[in-house]
Amino acid sequence: MAAKGLRLRTPKRSIIPGFSLSLGFTIAYLGLIVLIPLGALVLKSAGLGWQEFWQLALDERTLSALRLSFVTALAAALVNVVFGVLTAWVLVRYDFPGRRIVDALIDLPFALPTAVAGIALTTLYAGNGWIGSLLGEAGIRVSFTPLGIVVALVFVSLPFVVRTVQPVMEEIDRELEEAAASLGASRWQTITRVILPSLLPATLTGFSLAFARSVGEYGSVIFIAGNIPYVSEIAPLLIVIRLEEFQYEAATAVAVLILVISFLALLAINLLQAWGRRRLGFGA
Amino acid sequence: MALEASRRVATEAPTVRWAAIALMGAFLLLFLLMPLIGVFVEAFRRGVPAYLDAIRDPEAIAAIRLTVTVALISVPLNVVFGVAAAWAITKFDFPGKSLLTTLIDLPFSISPVIAGLVYVLLYGAGSLLGPWLRLHGIEVIFAVPGIVLATIFVTLPFVARELIPLMEAQGKTEEIAALSLGASGWQTFWKVTLPNIRWALLYGVLLCNARAMGEFGAVSVVSGHIRGQTNTTPLYVEILYNEYNFAAAFAVASILALLALVTLAAKTLLEWRYGHGLARRNGH
Repeated sequence: MAAKGLRLRTPKRSIIPGFSLSLGFTIAYLGLIVLIPLGALVLKSAGLGWQEFWQLALDERTLSALRLSFVTALAAALVNVVFGVLTAWVLVRYDFPGRRIVDALIDLPFALPTAVAGIALTTLYAGNGWIGSLLGEAGIRVSFTPLGIVVALVFVSLPFVVRTVQPVMEEIDRELEEAAASLGASRWQTITRVILPSLLPATLTGFSLAFARSVGEYGSVIFIAGNIPYVSEIAPLLIVIRLEEFQYEAATAVAVLILVISFLALLAINLLQAWGRRRLGFGA
Repeated sequence: MALEASRRVATEAPTVRWAAIALMGAFLLLFLLMPLIGVFVEAFRRGVPAYLDAIRDPEAIAAIRLTVTVALISVPLNVVFGVAAAWAITKFDFPGKSLLTTLIDLPFSISPVIAGLVYVLLYGAGSLLGPWLRLHGIEVIFAVPGIVLATIFVTLPFVARELIPLMEAQGKTEEIAALSLGASGWQTFWKVTLPNIRWALLYGVLLCNARAMGEFGAVSVVSGHIRGQTNTTPLYVEILYNEYNFAAAFAVASILALLALVTLAAKTLLEWRYGHGLARRNGH
């Protein structure tokens, strides 16, 4: 038994060729394109020293841009959780004319360049646009406000929740719902107590993907945001502004803060998911 | 009869169903369909001759040519990388495999603006390599090489992440059979592996190309916006828009929107016809 286990663990020479070539190329390419350039960012921020870094980090404009980026990303991800689950539900469960076209269209934000989405949304939601003028009559201003940023972020991160929840919904055993119904649960109870909890892990994954994408988004936001400092200036834009002023240190500080805060947020979501799995026994 | 009854308890009342479909429809109309339609309406607002003038402008043609050139360099490189990485990861066992897989996905969780920034910090004027590059007359930042590098960075995971799950599921028995029958390594790859992964490869290429041609944030940081020289199509759209030349901006944007629609159509066709030859997906 022990000998067998040992034999399994010792790497057996595979007869498939190309190990060194493929792995060597992969690591070299990844190193040149991703790791060394990211190393330059680490090096630059390490060169700043704590004091200078905190001075740049605690700058009022930096803080307000970071706050805006994370709050609007959170809002957009939450909107997409609600409508993403609804959309996945409708696409999986209901039949209606044009369902397959709607299903295909969900991926549009992945395919449409963000700058195109940005100018289209701006025109649509501007005070004289198709939607903006209607909202304007109700006293709601969208373009050049944080609300406009949320609109753009909802667009770019729309597919994430739908596409993570959809395959899980397709796998749900209908018999479970029938069992719940035969035990006297109302349809509403079955949905809220049986179906939605089993969608929770996938929804959380979709939420974190949407959130991460939204925090870093630039192209679709800068047109509709109006980019007023302290009001509607997002953190990625501040990096671009600092670079244009040749303030590389300040740009680096903002970038490091975005990366660290996003990392901590995603870590928290992962821990929450692991906790949920242990505590409630949900599948991943 | 019994089946019918059980189906009835496991679904919602028709009114609820249609309300859910309508709510999803309204959401998708406001956030997906109207921006898409808006692009084409705005593009033709000044009529067909103005549209044709806008897309036949020498600067527009230069921008489109640059976009195609950048995609023609970066997509094939990422195809070679994706195939090599998938070969190494799915055909062999080695320590650090899951770390490597995580690193390949890294560009998706980094803001495109930060992707541009790291190249500026590595190759820009104030960087370590900057003086050496200037001495040898090599321009990376504010030139085409920087645009290509930034595009490769943001599109790096697309092909690899389509291939890895599929090749993982396919295993290596077919390759081992071919090799033990006397085929060479390259013969095995071209005649056994490649036919097995061709649809997934095409799928990855489609997504990679759409992103490469549409990338805005990363390219915007490294390009320097030199008209006719380092302006890609999305950057040219931004310039036209900021000059209040809306009709021309949307005319050029409509070409990118058309590319997105063609990508979506080809992608959907692949999913319908060759779904079994693609990896199961969630997210993107």
